[in-house]
Amino acid sequence: MLGFVIQRLLQACAVMLVMSALVFIGVYAIGNPIDVLISPDANQQIRAEVIARYGLDRPLWEQYGVFLWRLLHGDLGRSFVFGMPVLQLIMSRLPATLELTLAAVFAATLIGIPLGMYAGYRPESPLSRVIMAISILGFSVPTFWVGILLIFGFAVELGILPAGGRGETVSVFGVEWSFLTLNGLKHLFLPALNLSLFKFAMMVRLARAGTREIMLSDTVKFARAAGLSEGVIMRRHVLKLISIPIVTVFGLELGSTMAFAVVTETIFSWPGVGKLIIDSISTLDRPVMVAYLVLVALLFIIINLSVDLVYAALDPRLRRARA
Amino acid sequence: MELVGFSAFWRDFRENRVAVAALLVVAAILLLAIAAPLFTPQNPYDIGKLDLMDARRPPGYVGSGGYAHILGTDAQGRDLWSAILYGLRISLQMGLIAGSVALTVGATLGVTAAYLGGRSEAFMMRIVDLQLSFPAILLALVLSAVLGQGKTQLIIALVTAQYAYFARTAHGAATAERNKDYVEAAVSTPMPTLSVVFRHILPNCLPPLIVVATVQIANAISLEATLSFLGLGLPATEPSLGMLISNGFQYMLSGRYWISIYPGIALIVLIVAINLVGDQIRDQLNPRLKR
Repeated sequence: MLGFVIQRLLQACAVMLVMSALVFIGVYAIGNPIDVLISPDANQQIRAEVIARYGLDRPLWEQYGVFLWRLLHGDLGRSFVFGMPVLQLIMSRLPATLELTLAAVFAATLIGIPLGMYAGYRPESPLSRVIMAISILGFSVPTFWVGILLIFGFAVELGILPAGGRGETVSVFGVEWSFLTLNGLKHLFLPALNLSLFKFAMMVRLARAGTREIMLSDTVKFARAAGLSEGVIMRRHVLKLISIPIVTVFGLELGSTMAFAVVTETIFSWPGVGKLIIDSISTLDRPVMVAYLVLVALLFIIINLSVDLVYAALDPRLRRARA
Repeated sequence: MELVGFSAFWRDFRENRVAVAALLVVAAILLLAIAAPLFTPQNPYDIGKLDLMDARRPPGYVGSGGYAHILGTDAQGRDLWSAILYGLRISLQMGLIAGSVALTVGATLGVTAAYLGGRSEAFMMRIVDLQLSFPAILLALVLSAVLGQGKTQLIIALVTAQYAYFARTAHGAATAERNKDYVEAAVSTPMPTLSVVFRHILPNCLPPLIVVATVQIANAISLEATLSFLGLGLPATEPSLGMLISNGFQYMLSGRYWISIYPGIALIVLIVAINLVGDQIRDQLNPRLKR
């Protein structure tokens, strides 16, 4: 087990190095940030000075080396546009994204799994058909379009929920949270609903597919023969058996939901990191783009690593094979 | 074998009325998109034909062209019905091209990896797995930001974001085929390796790839719309559906719903119909659900 962990950790570091290089080179191919940094009427001397200050006159590999060195010291550079350290900028936006993502993923899981299990348990019932129809819609309809419909329905036509922003926040340990105030919750509801729909569809499908297969298995036959009630079989046996793929997906989806939050945040003007990255793409704010992408890559590598480890812990077959 | 297989397949397909209806919808949309100039009163990309006096008119308004704008007009005075059909054209074009290129690249990679085996297989599939663990939307987002706006750039972004799904599927199917007797037999003949891979192994991997392809074409269309909505997709001179929706979004809060809603409905109908067809094909090809 320890060997497995070390091997995975080394792999993760190698991947991180490659990713950071790709991101760095990729982002540096975009436009010329000097035009953003310096006002057009600045003279030649000021231009040269600013270029030298940001190290933009050095060769690319050297810039990358400096970037890596600083990265190892927790310094992700300064934003060209906001004029503050990027890490600080991202950290100030992160709670909003985290709040939105967690609300969406938990809602999707807590509602999606029971409904999916029901759809797998009684595949032919009318309710199951309705559940599956909703999940097909959730899968097919692009997130941004659902967001627009939600705004149109609830904010424009009905006028009962706000169309954008975070609303009132409460400060806990120096971090602002929306979900602690009624007004904040109102602002959170639509974006979270929007973001959760795709995950909801996925959870329903996973739970349904798993349940359908397991209902035909010997485990369920024996459990029934032993006289266990259907409810107990579903809770104790089926739920446990379908939980392995669901845990994997839950972990992976947490990351991809954060990525998808880019779209939802843009529509609902939710001041999180997703909106920040879209804004920095349009203003060519390179340090923010690089930092965001490197952090997202890191996040995914950590998520993959922990899913692998949880998997090994959950599934005795994997444990034995690697021991 | 081909013909018998197809007619049997069609017989099963016909049983699902929803899937048949979806197939008809897809066919109708394809027809409307291909023959768009025949069904539209206006070429929405011809700026000379646009009149700002007609801008943002509600559905049914009779504009300076002397005909009724049945779905209203957008902020540039474009007839929305025309803009939607032309937008469908672009969306379908992007989806089909990106889907086929991704299918070709991914399938070649997956089958080759399965055939080669050993270290090169492990290396290739490790990269694919790694890419699969990143969300496609993020890759596409970054790439279109890096490459800039344009059709070719968009296709590159979509293909890079999607080929890995095909590679994984093709690899899985090809690994199963690799150890079968007919492949052993083909390898033992003096036939070149490439023919064994592409004429014997690849055709047998097609069914799962077709399923992935239908889903991925729908995904490509939706991804393109999302990118265009975020302002990173195609240039504004030839608006795709996503761009039309995006342009209308700012007017929605003032109650001019039609600029966003109608292109959106067209997009949804297209994507849902493709997915329904894909779902039925998948169920038919899934051996686990066969009784």
